[in-house]
Amino acid sequence: MADVTITAPATDAAEQADHSALHRTLFIAMAALLVVLPFIPVVGYPFFLMKVLCFALFACAFNLMLGYGGLLSFGHAAYFGFASYAAAYTAKHWGLTPEVSILLGTASGAVLGLAFGALAIRRQGIYFAMITLALAQMVYFFSLQAPGFTGGEDGIQAVPRNALFGVVPLGNDTITYYLVAAIFFVGVLLIYRIIHSPFGQVLKAIRDNEARAVSLGYRVNQYKLAVFVLSASLAGLAGATKAIAMQLASLTDVHWSMSGEVVLMTLVGGMGTVFGPIVGAAVIISMQNFLAGLGAWVTVVQGVIFVICVLVFREGIVGVIGKWLKKPL
Amino acid sequence: MFELLGIPPQALFGQLLLGLINGSFYAILSLGLAVIFGLLNIINFTHGAQYMMGAFISWMLLNWLGIGYWPSLLLAPVVAGVSGVIIERLLLQRLYHLDHLYGLLLTFGLALIIQGLFRNYFGSSGLPYQIPAELRGGQNLGFMFLPNYRAWVVVASLVVCLATWFVIEKTRLGAYLRAATENPTLTQAFGINVPLLITLTYGFGVGLAAFAGVLAAPIYSVNPNMGADLIIVVFAVVVIGGMGSILGAIVTGFGLGIIEGLTKVFYPEASATVIFIIMAIVLLVKPAGLFGRTA
Amino acid sequence: MTTFRMNRRSVLAGAAATAFSARSMAQAQQPITIRIGVLNDRSGLYADLTGEGSAIAARMAVEDFGAAAKGLNVQIVSADHQNKPDIGANIARQWYDNDAVDVIADVPTSSVALAVNQITREKNKIFLNSGAATSDLTGSQCSPNTVHWTYDTYMLSQGTGGAMVKAGGDTWFFLTADYAFGHALERDTSAVVQRQGGRVIGSVRTPFPGTDFSSFLLQAQASRAKVIGLANAGGDTVNSIKQAAEFGITAGGQKLAGLLVFVNDVHALGLQTAQGLVLTETFYWDLNDSTRAWSRRFAPQRAGNMPSMVQAGVYGSVLHYLKAVAATKSKDAAQAMAWMKANQTDDPLFGKGTIRADGRKMHPAYLFEVKKPSESKGPWDYYKLLATLPAEEAFRPLSANACPLVRA
Repeated sequence: MADVTITAPATDAAEQADHSALHRTLFIAMAALLVVLPFIPVVGYPFFLMKVLCFALFACAFNLMLGYGGLLSFGHAAYFGFASYAAAYTAKHWGLTPEVSILLGTASGAVLGLAFGALAIRRQGIYFAMITLALAQMVYFFSLQAPGFTGGEDGIQAVPRNALFGVVPLGNDTITYYLVAAIFFVGVLLIYRIIHSPFGQVLKAIRDNEARAVSLGYRVNQYKLAVFVLSASLAGLAGATKAIAMQLASLTDVHWSMSGEVVLMTLVGGMGTVFGPIVGAAVIISMQNFLAGLGAWVTVVQGVIFVICVLVFREGIVGVIGKWLKKPL
Repeated sequence: MFELLGIPPQALFGQLLLGLINGSFYAILSLGLAVIFGLLNIINFTHGAQYMMGAFISWMLLNWLGIGYWPSLLLAPVVAGVSGVIIERLLLQRLYHLDHLYGLLLTFGLALIIQGLFRNYFGSSGLPYQIPAELRGGQNLGFMFLPNYRAWVVVASLVVCLATWFVIEKTRLGAYLRAATENPTLTQAFGINVPLLITLTYGFGVGLAAFAGVLAAPIYSVNPNMGADLIIVVFAVVVIGGMGSILGAIVTGFGLGIIEGLTKVFYPEASATVIFIIMAIVLLVKPAGLFGRTA
Repeated sequence: MTTFRMNRRSVLAGAAATAFSARSMAQAQQPITIRIGVLNDRSGLYADLTGEGSAIAARMAVEDFGAAAKGLNVQIVSADHQNKPDIGANIARQWYDNDAVDVIADVPTSSVALAVNQITREKNKIFLNSGAATSDLTGSQCSPNTVHWTYDTYMLSQGTGGAMVKAGGDTWFFLTADYAFGHALERDTSAVVQRQGGRVIGSVRTPFPGTDFSSFLLQAQASRAKVIGLANAGGDTVNSIKQAAEFGITAGGQKLAGLLVFVNDVHALGLQTAQGLVLTETFYWDLNDSTRAWSRRFAPQRAGNMPSMVQAGVYGSVLHYLKAVAATKSKDAAQAMAWMKANQTDDPLFGKGTIRADGRKMHPAYLFEVKKPSESKGPWDYYKLLATLPAEEAFRPLSANACPLVRA
């Protein structure tokens, strides 16, 4: 490991504490919102909420790599989708309880992330993006052709929601929602901790200037691989949770367009911000849900948002708000 | 009669030839990507959509204006190229001072828009496009029946690829281009209009994609999604080839087509994945790609 | 995920029903409001053979039944499932949970149909499937809430497989789309071919979805099998037929057997390419006087396109369901299902038929051959009838069925 410590950014302690206080308030507000959401009409439909939360966690995991590690992966659907298959399979065919299935799903995301990450970090920038994409495409074809495991075209349907820890029944959508909300909240907190740890600081240093980080003695590739695996595991956590919550694991989740969608969510919300991907996921999923009547126009609208974000709105919604408040969110 | 791994040699020849035909598409498409990447440093994610546009433009020329296959072989790439020039001038140009990744994201968004628009207008069940009368029928080669049109695809793409290679490597224009790739500031200082060169290069790359689209129209159905999955395979081709040289893109394109063709005989289930597996192996052994210079 | 495309006519029908019931208030007959969701592919591969045409067929059923006059206020809503099980499941759930939909009709694409089948059972509503192929809907995954109307993989293989062998096509080579549907078709057809004394000399699994089948077609050609069985669907089938013509395979004397080909596919291919293809359907617009009369009313609403068997199935199933509700005067799923299974079906498109305990709708299947361009008298004159299979031969017998409803 590194034997040189990077000096903290030149913000004074008081300002730092100020930001932490703001973040703490925001986390508490978010927790409160998660509790009351199911009681709000129209948006309070538990299935919709669970979907938003799973994608929000997925986007946060992706953002950990892009926003803080500077690594654009175009194949994150692989970890998300594969983990969702793993969770669905173990719940349905082995009858495992949800928490074990979700953990196994997460682990499968981590293993896949380790294998693909080791290959992908050999190249940088655009090559890196293309390699992650191509590797993810292999997972897609595997999923298509291994019906014994993935159910092929049908996906794994009617995934049972076994009793949590073997005790708490998940028959009711609202109870399941609270499980998903809890996983989401813990996941985001974890990401927040990672970002603000010394490890996170080094990551940002590599993102901003890789050559300098190398010259300072950091083993850059180990850091990159570590964040790759972390991000893939958390994406796996999101995918596994989604499989249990939606009771379905399907090819949509491993297709490359899903990898594109998660980039879009992060970009819209604001990459490199803690709360941005959450907002982005909520915006994109709501759009898909409420504009579905427009058919293929949804793709066009998504494309237009993509282009606008890249051209004039690179900070994203939360990034802009943060700039406005002069505080990182 | 001797057999090779259980396959009679005649059948093997047939499959090699088919692989070469499919490789033609990979070669033209990866060549277009390589040319664009060389000068703009952008991975053109819209390439698949532009390939699809080429096929649709030739369909529209035929069905709306009554312009047949041969003129549209030239016209469709020009029309698509002009649309590329507009995209470069209006959008891509604003991104050159940023990280290259933004170029990837922008072209990805553009691909979504273009594919969505065509899907809305034409539906996604595909439209028929007849093989031109001059190229119907085929030759019996003894080991296989080779449709004339497929033979034409190989010839046309070889000619286009070699011509492109010649222009870039052997002419004065190509020299400017290579100079601008190497050091745009210095080239500009010598009085060469680099921004114009960049714009035209993008237009040309898009034109190549559209040309492949026109070639594909009569044998695959003209479908808004025809480029969406292909582009990812071509990405893998490009990673394997290494983008360092124009010739690399061409050779890798044809070569992988043949390898894929052989997989279809020996282990058809893997034929969709074989290119990605090769990519992983190449990355392990030679991270810069087969023909690539280390970045 | 929900689209409400309430058709003007069905709203009018609803209004008329209200007016009618106001007049007959003396009888204290409350109108029953029924909401039928037509869920299918409206933008993709199957949009032509299902899509808006299925919604039109459903509306025609409401009209022909005279629902308004019988005290039923029927609304038709529709949505696009994009052939993805997750999207389909999402819409079905929202329809049942939030939008008071009672019945989901059509649902092509087996994977989506199985998902909707599951949810419908869970929510105790009714699922009238017309568009999907999988015989699991009335087999291992059968449900007391589902009717599978038009066709299934078992029937497809019986019809085309059996007939080709009888006609002398006793050696087969399969081009199989490499996913569950393709595998099922290949398995079922191989069994039929072998039972009839034919031989399967090879098969190749093609990546799905594919565009270039030339390599696989050459393998089929080299096998010298008399019949090349296309165990695929949609764009895969269209492309493989096209390329078979291009490589001179059909001209060389080998026959193509399309295991799942719809009249719309033949329309898209054109007779020049599709001629000679043998296929099985349960409905063809030009079959008899009543199918012709109905189709001539249908076509103008679909820009001149004749109905597919799937659209016909939506009509037949919705009509039968409306009869059940009118007779039992209730939307209760169990009651309506019991009535539908107890009473004979009767409609102008499929004639008289029955619905079995496993949810299978029983009607004859027809073996067609695609006409030569010279034989066709005009647009949409595509098929000539080779044989008629009685329902008992076409569909899987109850005795061979894994459906738990039947065992019980």
